[in-house]
Amino acid sequence: MKENKLLEAFQEALELEGEIISLDDTIEDFDNWDSISRLSLIALLDEYFEVEVTNAEFDSLNTLRDLRDLVINKQK
Amino acid sequence: MAKLSFENIGITHLAGAVPKTVIVNRDYTDFFSKDVVNTIVDKTGVEHRRFSRKDQTASDLCFAAAEKLLFDNEIDKSEIDILLFISQTPDYRMPATSVILQHRLGLSKDTAAFDINLGCSGFVYGLSVAFAYANMPGVRKVLVLNGETRSKVYHPKDRKTAFIFGDAGIAAIVERQENVGKSFFSLNSDGSKSDLIKVDAGGYRNPSSPESLKEKVVDENGSIRTDEHGHMNGADVFNFVLREIPKSIKQTLAYANSTIDECDFIVCHQANKFMNDYLSRKLKLDNAKVPTTIEKYGNTSSVSIPLTIVDQLKDKLDGHRKLLLSGFGVGMSWATAVLSTKDLRILTIVEV
Repeated sequence: MKENKLLEAFQEALELEGEIISLDDTIEDFDNWDSISRLSLIALLDEYFEVEVTNAEFDSLNTLRDLRDLVINKQK
Repeated sequence: MAKLSFENIGITHLAGAVPKTVIVNRDYTDFFSKDVVNTIVDKTGVEHRRFSRKDQTASDLCFAAAEKLLFDNEIDKSEIDILLFISQTPDYRMPATSVILQHRLGLSKDTAAFDINLGCSGFVYGLSVAFAYANMPGVRKVLVLNGETRSKVYHPKDRKTAFIFGDAGIAAIVERQENVGKSFFSLNSDGSKSDLIKVDAGGYRNPSSPESLKEKVVDENGSIRTDEHGHMNGADVFNFVLREIPKSIKQTLAYANSTIDECDFIVCHQANKFMNDYLSRKLKLDNAKVPTTIEKYGNTSSVSIPLTIVDQLKDKLDGHRKLLLSGFGVGMSWATAVLSTKDLRILTIVEV
């Protein structure tokens, strides 16, 4: 999986186009991270990676790296 | 595997009713800032909704639709052998609302009347029951009444649900109809996900009590509701829809030996615009064949499919038509139908 693609999905879901984000960023720190942007991210994870991440799984994540690892695990 | 098929049974008449009160969602800002409201409305696409009056119930909306249906079509009430009322917002916990409607509509005491308690899948489920009865010898007409007052289920201070739901009712006649063609149903359930959309208290598992009526803060946004209000885990509902609904639609089309291209219209439960648009894209549907009312009426749960047909397909269902119906939600419960219609008569929606 391309890390860029995951960051791209996250940027698109939270409407952060143009902003620099990295895998070390804490997900909870993004102001736009709410129940609405979760829906967008679910759609993009389905479209790009064909994986399903549950609400409880989202709640358990700390950084975007954790999200990447989870998506990689689910793709196996 | 609950897959059913019928021949020479059809919906022949359809009517709808909505409350007069229009809620303009972008002005529904008593409890949330304008920015928050606009973000939610942009995403969910619900611009307007209808709210019933305090003393107005789902059965009142169905009654208005049924009266118009019977009067305008000059339907002989004595021919109605079965009355179904599909709703999760009944008048009382008992008796069944359908029985009250039998008397109120002046139907014979020979009428069989019972309620079907399902949400967003309810219309398609209820239709399959109506088809099964209409298929039996001796049954003449089945009156299907389907109404919801979801505006009363959710708390106006719960950000996740305050801007989505609205109220409506419909009435339909299902009966034998020569040469209408075949119709197919697929019915499903997954009770392992019963917590995704739920009202926790007020039934007999957690009876109504002073505690169940207390307002509580329920999330990090400061949303407030009681245990007797509905709550929804939108993210996991969406996950469920993405996993199950495209699969169910494909399976039902295969069972019907048909294709999506052969369907004149695809009518999905109106959940919210974002979810419906993504589902359409995933299924590669032609938007011109996918009517929508989410902007006008919001999510009316079980009523959203027939309400969309009444509102958007009036005068478009002359002759033989094939419709794909897909209802999904609370339960979780989902149902898909490939429905053949012939000269389906649709009346203008009444406001009450």
